[in-house]
Amino acid sequence: MDKFTTLTGIAAPLPMVNIDTDMIIPKQYLKTIKRTGLGQFLFDEMRRDSTGKENPDFVLNKEPYTKAEILVAGDNFGCGSSREHAPWALKDFGIRAVIAPSFADIFYNNCFKNGLLPIKLPEEIVEQLMEDAKLGANARITIDLEKQEITRPSGETIAFEVDSFRKHCLINGLDDIGLTLQKDTKIAGYEEKLKLSQPWLAA
Amino acid sequence: MTATSKPRTLFDKIWQNHLVDVQDDGTCLIYIDRHLVHEVTSPQAFEGLRTSGRQVRRPEYTLAVADHNVPTSDRSKGIADEESRIQVETLESNVKAFGVPYFGMTDARQGIVHIIGPEQGFTLPGMTIVCGDSHTATHGAFGSLAFGIGTSEVEHVLATQTLVQAPAKNMRVTVKGDLPFGVTSKDLVLAIIGKIGTAGGTGYVIEYAGEAIRKLSMEARMTICNMSIEAGARAGLIAPDEITYGYIKGKPMAPKGAAWEQAVAFWKTLPSDAGAVYDKEVELDAGDLVPTVTWGTSPEDVAPVTGTVPSPDSAPNPGKREAIERSLAYMDLTPGMKISDVKVDTVFIGSCTNGRIEDIRAVAEVAKGRKVAANIRAMVVPGSGLVKQQAEDEGLDVILKEAGFDWREPGCSMCLAMNADKLAPGERCASTSNRNFEGRQGRGGRTHLMSPAMAAAAAITGRIADVRELMR
Ligand code: SF4
Repeated sequence: MDKFTTLTGIAAPLPMVNIDTDMIIPKQYLKTIKRTGLGQFLFDEMRRDSTGKENPDFVLNKEPYTKAEILVAGDNFGCGSSREHAPWALKDFGIRAVIAPSFADIFYNNCFKNGLLPIKLPEEIVEQLMEDAKLGANARITIDLEKQEITRPSGETIAFEVDSFRKHCLINGLDDIGLTLQKDTKIAGYEEKLKLSQPWLAA
Repeated sequence: MTATSKPRTLFDKIWQNHLVDVQDDGTCLIYIDRHLVHEVTSPQAFEGLRTSGRQVRRPEYTLAVADHNVPTSDRSKGIADEESRIQVETLESNVKAFGVPYFGMTDARQGIVHIIGPEQGFTLPGMTIVCGDSHTATHGAFGSLAFGIGTSEVEHVLATQTLVQAPAKNMRVTVKGDLPFGVTSKDLVLAIIGKIGTAGGTGYVIEYAGEAIRKLSMEARMTICNMSIEAGARAGLIAPDEITYGYIKGKPMAPKGAAWEQAVAFWKTLPSDAGAVYDKEVELDAGDLVPTVTWGTSPEDVAPVTGTVPSPDSAPNPGKREAIERSLAYMDLTPGMKISDVKVDTVFIGSCTNGRIEDIRAVAEVAKGRKVAANIRAMVVPGSGLVKQQAEDEGLDVILKEAGFDWREPGCSMCLAMNADKLAPGERCASTSNRNFEGRQGRGGRTHLMSPAMAAAAAITGRIADVRELMR
């Protein structure tokens, strides 16, 4: 997995609540058997009309946001399906962090598996960052995961919370399957116990 | 198992039963008893196993099926769409290579992943069950902790039969009283989502309790747990009881003989202890409910069939106001319009929310001796091959076909329109599925969620209609 340490980049404002995974990546692109190449279809139905023509008003179609690395969005970002295609598409587009007042659980989880950092902040603070984002290229935002700190274009810093284990994995780019496999004896021990306590499960 | 005298919830008990390891920082590794796999969210996971030279740890605890991409018309010709076909073929070669049990497209047991688990007795109380699909919450109706995961986690479960997880918080939704005439569990769950909102359950597991829930059949309970994710909760739970055991007994993969007795004795220890504390409590009176539909593009946008389309002025905050305005524009509705004046073009009956036998019976009851209104496309897609078979044994297909419904092969179909069944731009659909997001049933398509009986009433009248008037 890609590491996430610090990031300084352009933030795109997307002030909508309940941005669901069907919006982030519509189902017709879930037919892929690969993880890559989905960036071009990110927010497809908002980015293009039904003939495939780009919608010039959509934020990610406008300069400098075509190069955005951070997304600032409304409440309940990533609600809906479990499709990991959503973080894959964001990542493939170039987005490395999403800032919102709240995230849907599965999407939030999926981000960490892909080197993408979701940051939950109180609504008033997200609104300030949304205003920063609207300033475009002159208003880069810096995210320092180690320090758990965001630096606004004004130089003001904002602290954020992140689970310590997830932070550790993200900073070091760790694959958690490898980590879990180190606990193989514990898993095997659990399975042995289970055979005695709930034998019908081991059918 | 952690010994403790503190009263525990059903969730606490299942969680503690499945702890394999707890790290110093509180991160938990939990054991996964059963893993359902479908073609859309698994190819990259199997690919990951291959690249790292890993095996499936417990293929016998895994069950795979193709459901999202399969055609619901004649299957003898295979899948016409090339990408869909490749995805299903990829699943077929993966299950072969890794030795995972699989119900293929022509297997009578094939169907939507969340319908076949319970049908086979693969889903049992007290288990942890996962699938790369958010509606895994369905299985919680059996008192099992069931939730959706992403593809990286699918790979993690395939390789280790465990998941790294943080415990959820407990929420209890207590439903008092009785569901009135013409009101179903779909109306109830829509009302619950309307009440707590689409993010109301984020971070929680919702346990549904109260006398109204206890009286529901397993099918009706599954409809409720299924839509927990639409309230933001990863999982919904209903404590197992005699109705649960009655449903499971005799299912192909259910325990038999002495093992059955032993299992039931264990399952009886699962319900929440008296005095268990929940982080959040919500109460509803079933007696207050009427048939309910969605008017907008979020499952929380609900209205009673007797009500009207809301105005943006009713929004509690600017964010919600913008959302209502956007929904109204997308749905082409005007504030104040009567819900029962909304005309529909298409009716879709099916999905993991309402594609079970009871749902089809409810549709047939309304359709019997009536005709689908002119120019309405009405389709019934059974949730599985076994549901289809049973409906045909009961003669329901004949009633439906006589009324003008299209009777199709099982699959996800127009619930998410990944196969050939989809809405055209601007087309309006009365649907028994679970999501009314923009474009969910086809780009530009407009979805109104409702119960199977209500969808049948929409088919007959050509508009959103109060099914109680047809049932009197
Ligand atoms: S029926 Fe719909 S919600 Fe259920 S698994 Fe299929 S696509 Fe998902």
